[in-house]
Parts: sequence; structure tokens; C-alpha cells
Amino acid sequence: MDEKQFIQYFAEQFDETDASQLTLDTKFRDIDEWSSVIALSVMAMCAEEYDVILSANEMENANRISDVYNIVKAKTNK
Amino acid sequence: MYNPYSLDGKTILITGAASGIGKATSIECSKVGAKVVAVDLNAEGLNALMPQLEGEGHISFAGNLCAEGFLKELSEQVPPLDGVFLCAGVSDTTPVKFITEEKIDRVMSVNLVAPIMMLKQLLIMKKINKGGSLVWMSSYGAEKVEPGLGIYAASKSAVNGIMRAYAKELIARKIRSNSIMPMMIRTELLSTLNNISDKNWEKQEAMYPLGFGSPLDVAYAAIYLFSDASRWITGTQIKMDGGSNL
Repeated sequence: MDEKQFIQYFAEQFDETDASQLTLDTKFRDIDEWSSVIALSVMAMCAEEYDVILSANEMENANRISDVYNIVKAKTNK
Repeated sequence: MYNPYSLDGKTILITGAASGIGKATSIECSKVGAKVVAVDLNAEGLNALMPQLEGEGHISFAGNLCAEGFLKELSEQVPPLDGVFLCAGVSDTTPVKFITEEKIDRVMSVNLVAPIMMLKQLLIMKKINKGGSLVWMSSYGAEKVEPGLGIYAASKSAVNGIMRAYAKELIARKIRSNSIMPMMIRTELLSTLNNISDKNWEKQEAMYPLGFGSPLDVAYAAIYLFSDASRWITGTQIKMDGGSNL
């Protein structure tokens, strides 16, 4: 799974945050415009781009972009 | 015993009867005297339901309400009906930026198109008795929309709209049409939704002074609408919110 591509998809869920500001290590909850709607959008993005269903519990326990990346990676490798 | 809410002698068709609100309503209707015509896609679920119905004369039909062939077969085979509960439905949790025509079609075909097409067949076959009652499963979500529930809300708003068309067009035969709009109801469908975390469920429930609703709460509202006690009520939306909008 391409890390750069994942970060790009992740960034697309924000309106004012550019992919260049994000890394796998970014704590996405600290981004000003983070919201429950963006959380839902990230879940929808994972379903659309990777065919991975993320549960709300998984999303809630994730803090860094890498946390989400790793869940998606693990599920796509199944 | 005097009971204005009795469904004695009435035959009620219920879609989505194998689980959740449809199942609870089927069982409760049988307890107050109705003969139940249980319809669902899930044949196994229907088989499990039938022994739980009280009294005699209940029947079931397993099939896809979105399939024209099944609707035709159903409308030919069902006995004349005094009530129809349009309960079968699907949910969806897509934020607006991810909506696709396919997702809209999936929700609309089950929540809106299938009940309309089924009623059309039943009316053509003259299977809805004079004085009958149509009860539509809408949702409070039609008015109070949460993120991700846009398509679902649109489908339930549409249900409220067309519900009134049936009320208007069928009133000459004293056939009534109403919808029920519950907020959060604990059902199997709900527990499979994965867009709300455990922590959020607790937060959500705290917003309901009377707690989340149960399928039984909706079943009792449906029984009222099927009973002669509601003979003066048509074109109405019954809101059930556990006090959460006070």
C-alpha cells in the first residue's frame, strides 16, 4: 500500500489542509478543521479507495494517520 | 373485554417482518387478534417468526420486494387486507461528498420505490379493504439529519410526502395512510451499524430522557394506527423521540 497515496487521500477529506502538511506521524485530531464529519469522510474514503470498512471504534481509537493506515493495510492484506 | 385497540378480525400485511420493528409488530399484532401476512427477503427469519405468532391463520411470503415478479405473485396470493405496514428498509451512512447514484438507488429502491410498487399492485388487485390502514415506516431522521444520513433522510422525507398522497387519494374508500417517525430504536439493524462508536452510543442515549426506543414502542404505535381507535387519523406523521427534542 502506497503511503504517499494514502496521505493524499486522507488530506482530500480536509478543505484547508494540504497533503504537504501531513505525514504518517501527524496527529490528525490536532488539525484545526478536524471534525466528526471529516472522520466519517475518512471512513468513506477507506471504503471507496481500499474497500475497507473501518468501524467507528477503530476510528475513535486512532490518533495518528499511521494508525488508520495500519488498520487499512492489515485489512487489505487479509 | 372492551378494547378499542383490538385488531380482531383484521388481516395485516407487514414487510420486513423477519427482524427488528417488523418482527415485533408482527408478534404484537397477533397478540391483539390480527391475522398476520409476514413478508421478508429472509426466509429463515420468517420461519423463525411464524411459531412466535399467537392465534391461527398467519401466512408468510419470502421474496424480494424490489422484484416485480414477486410483487405480482404476492398481490395475487394475499387475502384481502385491513392494514399494511411498510416497514422493510435499509440504512446508509455516506457523507455527501461520497454519494453515488448507486448508493441512492439502493436506498430509494428499498425504502421508497418498493412500497409504492407493492401498494400499486395491491390496489390494482383490490386487496385493500374499505376502511383499511396504511402505515409507513419513516424516521425522525427525515427532519433531524445527522452527518452521513443524507440519502436515508431523503428517502424517509419522500416516504412522508407520498404517504399523504395515499391519504388524499384513498380517503373516498376510507383507507387511511399515516407514517411513524421514530428516533433511535434498538434493533438488530442498528447494532450492525458501525459508524457510531461504543462511547458515542452512550453519549447518544444520554440525550434521550426516556432512553432509546424499543421495537415494541413502534409496534404499539402501528397497532393504534391499524385499530379502529384511529379511524379519524389520516395523513399524519407520528413522531416518537423519547423526549429528546423537548
